[in-house]
Amino acid sequence: MVDVDMAPVIQVSDLRMRYGSVDVLDGVGFEVRHGEVVTLLGPNGAGKTTTIEILEGFRERSAGNVEVLGVDPIRASEDWRARVGVVLQSWRDHARWTPRSLLAHLGRYYEPYSTLERKRPYDTEQLLKMVGLESQAEQKIRTLSGGQRRRLDVAVGIVGRPELLFLDEPTAGFDPQAKREFHDIVHALADLEDTTIMLTTHDLDEAEKLADRILILAGGRIVANGTADQLAREITREAQVRWSLNGEQFVHATTDATRFVRELFAQHGEDVSDLEVRRATLEDTYIAMVQQFESGQGTAAAVEAFEEATE
Amino acid sequence: MNPKTRAIRTGIGRGWHEFKLGLRSPQDQGFYLVMALVILGYLWLNRNNELEGTSMLLPTFAMPSILGALIAFGLVIGPGYALAMEREDGTLLRAKATPHGMTAYVSGHIVLNSLGLVPTFIVILVPGMFLFDDLMQNGAVGWITFLWVTVLGLLATLPIGIILGSIVPSVQKMGTWGFFPIIALTAISGIFVPIQSLWGWARVVAQIFPIYWLGLGMRSAFLPDSATVLEIGGSWRTTPTVIILSLWAIAGFVISPVVLRRMARRQSGSQVEAARHEAAQWVR
Repeated sequence: MVDVDMAPVIQVSDLRMRYGSVDVLDGVGFEVRHGEVVTLLGPNGAGKTTTIEILEGFRERSAGNVEVLGVDPIRASEDWRARVGVVLQSWRDHARWTPRSLLAHLGRYYEPYSTLERKRPYDTEQLLKMVGLESQAEQKIRTLSGGQRRRLDVAVGIVGRPELLFLDEPTAGFDPQAKREFHDIVHALADLEDTTIMLTTHDLDEAEKLADRILILAGGRIVANGTADQLAREITREAQVRWSLNGEQFVHATTDATRFVRELFAQHGEDVSDLEVRRATLEDTYIAMVQQFESGQGTAAAVEAFEEATE
Repeated sequence: MNPKTRAIRTGIGRGWHEFKLGLRSPQDQGFYLVMALVILGYLWLNRNNELEGTSMLLPTFAMPSILGALIAFGLVIGPGYALAMEREDGTLLRAKATPHGMTAYVSGHIVLNSLGLVPTFIVILVPGMFLFDDLMQNGAVGWITFLWVTVLGLLATLPIGIILGSIVPSVQKMGTWGFFPIIALTAISGIFVPIQSLWGWARVVAQIFPIYWLGLGMRSAFLPDSATVLEIGGSWRTTPTVIILSLWAIAGFVISPVVLRRMARRQSGSQVEAARHEAAQWVR
């Protein structure tokens, strides 16, 4: 059993997906370790959803090796399904059911898979509380608001207490408060339930808040792989220093902000005010990376640049 | 109990739950009401019409035939629509993402659609018994025939509904793929008028499909033997009825799991997403 924990939960190498004559995925490779929260970022059409669907076992790949919980997902058994949670975007299914009846019903499928360490499924009431749907528990699902419905989707995804959870753009259409509540759920799952989580998002702020590690998918390949901090530091090495001197504003870009500021003080002493040092954010990094692709520099160049930067 | 047997049990529970939800829903109640009004209204307006060459009144002949056609109608169109709809709205994908979810999903539909025959029959038979005299002329034996024809008809037609729901490109196409063919088939299957009065080719086509045999089987349950003068060969042809409906049932039970599995394998989140966009477009 030790081996199970040691082996990566997700292992992907040279994954390729071709639709007609278009290579959507062109040699994707990465690993996700036990207990990690990993975010897959990328522009529209980069193949995020395709990648997730291949990992979920919903889509057949063109080529490459994929192992999820030690099994090729396309050939996975029903027992494997019991260990994997998928948050799907619902719209009008089970309209006449109530959240309580649906969660209790779906939970029943997981009962045979309950173990001592992992009691399955979640208690319905506990789950309703976790996603904040206690007061809507007896309402028809049809009458839930968009945000409530998405929280129900999350509850359905985790009802079987999955070891691995997939979320494809989970907070699309959430208001800021709903988003915050959702982030709390993800943190709780990762910290308290020991769940490995893989999600896609368009929201960079969300990626930064949730993810232990970020993968950027562009041009059919993983072009960046690291923590938000690492990506920002390694790819955009420059920081911006702003200050004012006798009422006049100054901006300077430098790769060594600490030294620059030390010199600034040495030269001007107490005259320096409004000092601000701003490192590149994940957004800056992301935009820079994606722009590189769109300006036609291509995958190879960007991957090289990234590899150089992280050496 | 192994997980698969358990899933079948969960599925039966699912079908029963959905059946109860349906009974409580104004939408379904309205459907049963309108159906009963249309059918009973038609029979009532023709209550004094005698069938050519006999002294039999039209409602006496048409009522059992209609019950037969309703089995085919409910069990082909019902699951057909449900499956097409639930492919698009993600119900099916959810079943697929759940351990043994597809097994339970299909069990649930078998239970739900079979149970659906109960209110269908009640809303037509109960008022029908009061409105028209001598509907059931064979007593207890007739009711037993009614039961086995119903069960056999269910087995013969439900798989067709499942296959239809699996191959129809979208819910919007159910009209052309499901509804109209069934209406056309009903028209030539001797449901409203005796099949003997139809053209020769129609008689041949009708005898290939279950609707004709369901109507015939129901008539044999309700009508006296003297009514066989209106039938092909002047007989209820009970043995051919059993054989042909059984053949449909066997073929259906062999083919439908394969088609269903093939369809389910192709289900994915992006497909549901695409259907959602399409539906939004359609509504606009």
